[in-house]
Amino acid sequence: MSVDTPVRPDPEAGDRPSLTVTTPNARRRALISRIMSGALFLAVMAAVTPLAILLWQTLSNGWGPFSWEFLTTIEPLSYRETGGGYLHGIVGTLYMTGVAALISVPLGLAAAVYLTERPKGRYASIVRFFTDVMTGVPSVFVGLAVYALLVSGSGGLGLGFGTLAGAASLAIIMLPIVVRSSEEMLRLVPGDLKQAAYGLGARQWQATFKVTLPAAAPGLTTGVILAVARGAGETAPLILTALGAREVVLRLTGAPQADIGLLMLDGFRQPFEGGIERAWAGGFTLILITLGLSIIARMIARRSQI
Amino acid sequence: MDPRTSTARDLDPAPMAPIRAEHRPASAEDADTSPVDVHVTLDEVSVHYGPFTAVRDVSFDVHRNSITALIGPSGCGKSTLLRTLNRMNDLVPGATTSGSVTYNGEDIYAEEVDPVEVRRRIGMVFQKPNPFPKSIYDNVAFGPRLNGTKRGLDELVEHSLQRAALWDEVKDKLSQSGLSLSGGQQQRLCIARAIAVNPDVILMDEPCSALDPIATLRIEELMKDMASEYTIVIVTHNMQQAARVSDRTAFFTVDMDNERQDRTGVLVEIDQTDTIFTNATDPRTEGYITGRFG
Ligand SMILES: Nc1ncnc2c1ncn2[C@@H]1O[C@H](COP(=O)(O)OP(=O)(O)OP(=O)(O)O)[C@@H](O)[C@H]1O
Ligand SMILES: [Mg+2]
Repeated sequence: MSVDTPVRPDPEAGDRPSLTVTTPNARRRALISRIMSGALFLAVMAAVTPLAILLWQTLSNGWGPFSWEFLTTIEPLSYRETGGGYLHGIVGTLYMTGVAALISVPLGLAAAVYLTERPKGRYASIVRFFTDVMTGVPSVFVGLAVYALLVSGSGGLGLGFGTLAGAASLAIIMLPIVVRSSEEMLRLVPGDLKQAAYGLGARQWQATFKVTLPAAAPGLTTGVILAVARGAGETAPLILTALGAREVVLRLTGAPQADIGLLMLDGFRQPFEGGIERAWAGGFTLILITLGLSIIARMIARRSQI
Repeated sequence: MDPRTSTARDLDPAPMAPIRAEHRPASAEDADTSPVDVHVTLDEVSVHYGPFTAVRDVSFDVHRNSITALIGPSGCGKSTLLRTLNRMNDLVPGATTSGSVTYNGEDIYAEEVDPVEVRRRIGMVFQKPNPFPKSIYDNVAFGPRLNGTKRGLDELVEHSLQRAALWDEVKDKLSQSGLSLSGGQQQRLCIARAIAVNPDVILMDEPCSALDPIATLRIEELMKDMASEYTIVIVTHNMQQAARVSDRTAFFTVDMDNERQDRTGVLVEIDQTDTIFTNATDPRTEGYITGRFG
């Protein structure tokens, strides 16, 4: 057996193309690449700037008037007075958002499970069509529809303005978001897992409740929280349903309910320092609530195992 | 006639009937003439996906407490056939099965038979280890809990893990996620999970194809060990594996129909594994095994 002495290539010899010699239009490609990167950076900045300005405005104007007092007292009767707070609005917003979530989350999850388990089911295309249309309906119109159906006594149920009517309109806004995001999350669950469950003798509902839903749980929670955050920030649909109140309202029906957004609307419309300051603090609170919900949602999403 | 390779249907002269093992000089094993215990019987089983015939007219017996290997080129319908044995194909949209599959003499496709009950008796282990994203304990307890079992779960989980040769490796971390295990351990977890439902037939579709050689050997040893209690049907692309573990081997191939432009899986022959590997009746079997075809 002979041992070969290795022949190592000599880069100086020039008999093989060197790595330092580039192909003809390499310079041009590098230049285009750099221009494109710059353009993309500018585009990203253009997209982020409005958000940054918005956050900065709210923080700089809202931080000052925001206080413990703001969170724990209600607004004084006159917009001229400074001090006081949005306790009634915060209660109303959380109350209506909570009730809306109780309505829309189970319904939305059920619809999403139906869409994933029976993608070609008889009602699947109808459900998809309605969720698509509902996402596009202007939120003022949702308020108007709920007014006509629930609030108004002529032609509607005559429940009057209040928590339930407001929550119903928020639920309608949340519902398509819950359905869509949940459907996507459920689709991400690997078919392998369902097969495994069926292979062990699971019935369809058992596979759904014991495997699909738990496996998708973090993603579902994220989607649901984002939908809730979206609802919590809505004002337009509440104008005709919650109407607004000047004290803390705990009743579900029979009394108009307050809302942070509605209070801000009133505050900014008056030419008085006190009311405007509180409105900025209200905006700050709303951003805290929605931002807080989104952060929680992202943290849960990161724990997903699938 | 060798009682192990013959059934009444072997005498059926239907022209479409797959070519089966013929009588041949008795080998050492054939001298053992004790009657075989047939656990599962396939009779003229065909499976269609919509208009496409995936496998046609397959008939053979699966013997109790033995390992039957299904081999053949890709696309010849091994997985399809395996899934018909516990009605997993019912879940595939558009799949239809004809012919009959009997388990302990009962037709599993009979109208009054609940497919869920079939799957509890005839378990399945998949090609890719697919533990649930739950704890090791919950993975194994999953099947029994479906039936409402609450008491004795601890013992059942331990026993199943022991049976799957995984207990010693996981006994101190039963509450950890099943996904935290290595691929080979995950596959043994899936075997434990299948065992926990207390089936007596276990179907395995290329259970080692995602595993390294050492993990593969462990699973093979496990299978041989399990064969005393369970009837195992395994699909494999690995000839050595079929030769190492199985008692009987069925060879399938793809039947091309140039007129109708389709490819249908058919059973070429089934026999004792030794016979298939050393003395196959059909030249196609020998060609495939020696690597000349497929
Ligand atoms: N769900 C399905 N829908 C339609 N056709 C299918 C489906 N599953 C399998 N087939 C077809 O049926 C035939 C047999 O497939 P099958 O998966 O059973 O083959 P196989 O022998 O297991 O192949 P491999 O060795 O590659 O796993 C193939 O032609 C395949 O394309
Ligand atoms: Mg296969």
